[in-house]
Amino acid sequence: MNLFEYLRPASLDEAIAAARAPGATYLAGGTNLLDLMKIGVQTPRTIIDISRLPGLDRIERLADGATRVGAMVRNADLARDADFAANYPAVAEALLSGASAQLRNAASLGGNLMQQTRCSYFQDPHSACNRREPGSGCAALDGETRNHAVIGWSDQCIATHPSDFCVPLAALGAVVEVAGPGGTRDLPIAQLHMLPDATSPGGTTLAPGEMITGLRLPPEAAAFRDNARYLKLRERTSFAFAVVSVAAMLRMEGDVIAEARLALGGVAAQPWRRAEAEAVLAGAKPGDDAIAAAAEALMAGARPSGDNAHKITLAKRLIQKALHLAAAGTPAVMPALPASVFTSEPAERGEPADV
Amino acid sequence: MPLSISLIVNGEQKDIALEDPRATLLDVLRDRIGLTGTKKGCDRGQCGACTVLIDGRRINSCLSLAASQDGAEITTIEGLAAGDDLHPVQAAFIETDGFQCGYCTPGQIMSALGLIREGIADDDPERIREAMSGNICRCAAYQGITEAVIKANARMRDTQESQS
Ligand SMILES: Cc1cc2nc3c(=O)[nH]c(=O)nc-3n(C[C@H](O)[C@H](O)[C@H](O)COP(=O)(O)OP(=O)(O)OC[C@H]3O[C@@H](n4cnc5c(N)ncnc54)[C@H](O)[C@@H]3O)c2cc1C
Ligand code: SF4
Ligand code: FES
Ligand code: FES
Repeated sequence: MNLFEYLRPASLDEAIAAARAPGATYLAGGTNLLDLMKIGVQTPRTIIDISRLPGLDRIERLADGATRVGAMVRNADLARDADFAANYPAVAEALLSGASAQLRNAASLGGNLMQQTRCSYFQDPHSACNRREPGSGCAALDGETRNHAVIGWSDQCIATHPSDFCVPLAALGAVVEVAGPGGTRDLPIAQLHMLPDATSPGGTTLAPGEMITGLRLPPEAAAFRDNARYLKLRERTSFAFAVVSVAAMLRMEGDVIAEARLALGGVAAQPWRRAEAEAVLAGAKPGDDAIAAAAEALMAGARPSGDNAHKITLAKRLIQKALHLAAAGTPAVMPALPASVFTSEPAERGEPADV
Repeated sequence: MPLSISLIVNGEQKDIALEDPRATLLDVLRDRIGLTGTKKGCDRGQCGACTVLIDGRRINSCLSLAASQDGAEITTIEGLAAGDDLHPVQAAFIETDGFQCGYCTPGQIMSALGLIREGIADDDPERIREAMSGNICRCAAYQGITEAVIKANARMRDTQESQS
């Protein structure tokens, strides 16, 4: 880890002023930043600890029915907030499927949105990586690509955004609140993570020194509370990043889907949401054909970036499973294994309830 | 210029001058305060051996700067027993054989205590396994660990009920 200057400003204004220094970086829970500093991937000269800034730790229901969550609200606290979990159950399920209980106690909303890719070549300072060192190339292109993108990628970068939390947030059209040297602005979450293109490896659209201060879920987001699921395929049952994940939410009118929200994780450099896929479902009954058509529409244009064509098949199947489960209704209690495709019923697991 | 921080560790105030801001809470606990019960496994948030309670919440002390925890109340494995009287979670781990080599055990016990305090543990082993998945046991004593958490949770719940 490189040496740095540690600052703990007392106010938001002070923090933003301090962030003008070259090489300055915000520190929230530290679970991503310190990890990457230990392996020499991030080398900030100044660390601005924002974990105790006043006013960033609140969950508020606004008068218009929107919900506002401060940037320092810890992932665990948000998932366990009874009101929040009742209104946005797929967001709570996604949060609880991420990392471990200890990490969720430390990880903040802002840090989760801003976390770096888990591409193993990004994490290895000896490998070529356009994201870490613009222009150096991309070692992943001929490498191990199981965790890499199958949609929206370019030769500049095939990395995915690893967050679970961001996937249902994208489906619900969350708005990120940003403060910076030039004042404050609202940023739709769909515009936070840029896809790579022919010349750029992608990344986030925050300007240097800009800070996420919070996030709003618009009033209509709570309308999906009765039919919402998040499913995540992993290489082990718990405490692993998504190979592929899906947030599926429906607003039902009788047995017809009035409106659908659908987004994928693990397949692209941003949570993958396409209006065409949601349009396929609007006005349809949640039957096999409509659901299969929605899966095809969401994955239109998918192509392997290496030895990962299986992720396209997995994604299409998981989208369908998630939509069927969403149509069946949000579970009354959070499943024992949040976001798992395996059953949570002790009897069906063949396990006595008392060991 | 050294940073001065103060921590309440297992009920005792510790004033520490940090010559180097890079020190993690784990390093300070082990190398400055001399409490080596908290273990360093991976040093990267992946194993849970370094789990301690900060203001009652379980976290990985390897991924937290000590400077960030200025003023916090820290509980480590050394803070649990009252003399020779083991904490109910410690006793349960012994009764159910919740370990072999013991390296992961301080982290497992602190994580179990954190989980019980969260109030979400019940008697479903699947929920316990999920909630304890941040603690890896290389000896794979998972069956005993799960039983220990269920046992300790039930006992601590009963004691609480009989006290209230
Ligand atoms: C072993 C392990 C397993 C994990 N598994 C998962 C998983 O399954 N799913 C998942 O989604 N995540 C997973 N994570 C990632 C974890 O969710 C993130 O590390 C965490 O959310 C980051 O939050 P933080 O507050 O600790 O951020 P920090 O580490 O403090 O910051 C991360 C980055 O965000 C920037 N930043 C922080 N706050 C702000 C802000 N308010 N405004 C602007 N920039 C900011 C920092 O400068 C830094 O660059 C895992 C992490 C580990 C270590
Ligand atoms: S995929 Fe992206 S992050 Fe990974 S090595 Fe290539 S450029 Fe870097
Ligand atoms: S040493 Fe902290 S999690 Fe492994
Ligand atoms: S008892 Fe040996 S690692 Fe858990």
